[in-house]
Amino acid sequence: MKYAISKQDGKAVIRIKGWLDSQTAPELDKFVRSSLTDVTDLVFDLSELKYISSAGLRVLLYASKVMLKQGSMKVTGCSDEILEIFEITGFSEILTIE
Amino acid sequence: MKELDITAVLENLDTVLQFVDTHLEQAECSPKIQMQIDLAVEEIFVNIANYAYHPETGPATVRVEVRPDGSAVTITFIDQGVPFDPLAKADPDVTLPSEQRKVGGLGVFLVKQNMDDIQYEYLNGSNILTLKKEL
Repeated sequence: MKYAISKQDGKAVIRIKGWLDSQTAPELDKFVRSSLTDVTDLVFDLSELKYISSAGLRVLLYASKVMLKQGSMKVTGCSDEILEIFEITGFSEILTIE
Repeated sequence: MKELDITAVLENLDTVLQFVDTHLEQAECSPKIQMQIDLAVEEIFVNIANYAYHPETGPATVRVEVRPDGSAVTITFIDQGVPFDPLAKADPDVTLPSEQRKVGGLGVFLVKQNMDDIQYEYLNGSNILTLKKEL
């Protein structure tokens, strides 16, 4: 799993690549927790995300809770497989998916 | 039938997934089904790694059996940790809005949703969890 962030004037885009599983999610979790200060418009670009397990879903849920208080959040570029996991877990109702 | 005996620690997750995926490739299942199986395998193995022998570590056995015609796979997890039936846990409410959603409980739910059949038994000091998926 790799991630990158670009930030400008309260807008942040976090791109996640590869496998977001129980082994890799803690690193992303730490990064997200330290990156959301002053962010009002957050985008997760998941176009290169191949896999997400419950550990990865927890990171997105955490971010969505923070962004409910301080701005907006959306996820983009999901594959059909990732979208299906969002459907099963009800995340498609919680997240703004584009 | 193939079997992997491994120490149940998070660092071995990749090895377990590779072991399972190698056998799934022989069955030529779709990427979607492979991902659903990987998800279930991860959630179960990580549960064993985190809780079965806590605060110590211990062994787990992972068994993969693909039906000869390639139409189904059965994956069995065996550990000698504390008795734990993951099926006994209530499902999380997946209709709640974000602010009320709990951070945990999704793992086992994902396993239930993605597998066709799950059986749990505690036998002679072992937790035996069997997952079945039609391919």
